[in-house]
Amino acid sequence: MGISLSERFDALTKEKKKLLIPYIMAGMDDSWLDIVEAVIDAGADAVEIGLPFSDPILDGETIQEAGLLSLANGTTAFSVFAELAKRSLQVPLVVMTYYNIVAHSGHERFAGEAAAAGITGSIVPDLSLEEVGDWQDVARSHGIDSVLLVAPSTPHERTREICARSKGFVYAVARMGVTGEQGALSDDVHGVVSKIRAVPSPPICVGIGVSTPEQAFDVSREADGVIVGSALVRKILDGEGAQGAHAFVSSLREAIDR
Amino acid sequence: MWTMDPLIGVEVEMVDNAEMMMGTPDDDGRFGSFGGRFVPEPLIPACLELEAAFKDAWGDPVFVEEYESILHDFGGRPTPITFCRRLSEDLGISLYLKREDLAHTGSHKINNVIGQALLTRRMGKHKMIAETGAGQHGVASATAAALLGLECTVYMGELDTQRQELNVFRMELLGATVVPVTSGSKTLKDAVNEAMRTWVTQVDDTHYCLGSVMGPHPFPWMVREFQRVIGDEAALQSKELGIGTPDYVVACIGGGSNAAGMFAGFADSTAQLIGVEASGGAAITSGSPGVLHGMRSQLIQDDQGQISEAHSISAGLDYPGIGPEHAHLADIGRARYEQAGDDEVLEALQLLASREGIIPALEPAHGLAWILREAGRGIPKGSSVLLNMSGRGDKDVAQVLSILKGRP
Repeated sequence: MGISLSERFDALTKEKKKLLIPYIMAGMDDSWLDIVEAVIDAGADAVEIGLPFSDPILDGETIQEAGLLSLANGTTAFSVFAELAKRSLQVPLVVMTYYNIVAHSGHERFAGEAAAAGITGSIVPDLSLEEVGDWQDVARSHGIDSVLLVAPSTPHERTREICARSKGFVYAVARMGVTGEQGALSDDVHGVVSKIRAVPSPPICVGIGVSTPEQAFDVSREADGVIVGSALVRKILDGEGAQGAHAFVSSLREAIDR
Repeated sequence: MWTMDPLIGVEVEMVDNAEMMMGTPDDDGRFGSFGGRFVPEPLIPACLELEAAFKDAWGDPVFVEEYESILHDFGGRPTPITFCRRLSEDLGISLYLKREDLAHTGSHKINNVIGQALLTRRMGKHKMIAETGAGQHGVASATAAALLGLECTVYMGELDTQRQELNVFRMELLGATVVPVTSGSKTLKDAVNEAMRTWVTQVDDTHYCLGSVMGPHPFPWMVREFQRVIGDEAALQSKELGIGTPDYVVACIGGGSNAAGMFAGFADSTAQLIGVEASGGAAITSGSPGVLHGMRSQLIQDDQGQISEAHSISAGLDYPGIGPEHAHLADIGRARYEQAGDDEVLEALQLLASREGIIPALEPAHGLAWILREAGRGIPKGSSVLLNMSGRGDKDVAQVLSILKGRP
């Protein structure tokens, strides 16, 4: 069985440790599982495992490209779960995909097989506060925490409701836009984090557009953790492999622990 | 309750919404088990804002009057109903066409874009983005934007920009910017994805003018309301022309906006409602339930839930989903959904042109193809059949030429 996302993150946050969550698109590369192990070795506190979907409306070019590669490699949710189940990974694993992939399998089957593969968290960005209930109940019964998103555009009262419902951590969307690397952090980061700080919430992790150790450092001054996706996926697409991913995640770790 | 319809100039009966077959969706935007609002959190506030703005505008007589007067003075409404004398004789039925092909820009799409462009202005926004497949909705959006002085950017799959070069140029003439979409399958569904991705980044000053009865709540409902003028007009005209209630009301379906508008006028009547999908993009008859582009509906997908590409002779029907209200109407049996294939569609197009002097767009030619196949079989002799002629065929003539010339 997997390691509880909420328990691990609550414990680390109590120790004042900043959380680091790298994202990897499952199946984008033959060695993707070695890369997952490498980023854990480099200091990841949890790993976000992307499952490809044909129509990812919250993803920019980099993750779209990785998703297409993964689909071309024949990746399915269940092939990923089967591969994950063969490894013993010592951090919580958070599956990230779009709702049709979950709905098509059926909540019960998806949650059951995910849990058997060691998954203890889920991010399904197109399941909004209004729609997430059914999935969240089934997921919880399998020990999976469902993480919800707060955006720069989310009003105060809605932020309170989302934070009350989000489990494991709350995903603070760093800018109004899709995933992808950027040269400078958006001014939205400060606004969205302080908006969440004003209400009771699980640990706050900031993602979407956090691309460099310097940016990760800046974000970690305000938030409890950072999620780095596109910048890491870009390195994998460029052929840097497990070694390159290890070096990059180590530099992120070093930056947020500074 | 009776109210004056300013467009038609006669009193029409207002039916209590709760009793209506095609009424308002529930608070979560559901039509039965379909619909909803499956979009990432950054877009939710924009959808809520739009829902509030639409409810407010649609209940405001000043807004409705401006919408109807633009459709009248600029859009060419009301469009007539034409009786097809020769084809009716051939088929042994009474065939009528609701002539949306005579509306400005050549299709029903104008009804929706005028409504949404007015709403854009009312929300204090000055930019519209839109997706387009064949280019009809893109051209209509560019037209409405030009009329109301809005900036307009149209997302169009790169493959479609190549297939519909003339429509790209039309949009540019109308002052719009056309952005070729190179992601995914480079067609309509990817244009929708890209428009949504862009909308997130500019939601403060930009409205997403969705082209069909699809997407997250309130789009499926709002677009149907902006299109219901087709069905409301047609129901009244049918009475005036002595047709009464037609036995069959037929419309083609891609996303389903022309059909939704037409059906809305007849949903509470005895007419049989028939939606005709392209057999290469038949979301209801060949699909299964799923979630795409913000809605739960019937989708064409593989066994893992990956969305498939739709393929037919008509780019306007090449959408792997269908509006959620259609999925619901099918579910409860109020409307029936059928298919037509490329070959019979081409024959239908040629027949209507040579027998009635009307070159239909390939989309409504699907509806006609079903009628031709079923007249005297599924459609009993003597039936009255009203087909929504949703668009004119000019845009398709070059394509039809190359297909027919290339044929043995």
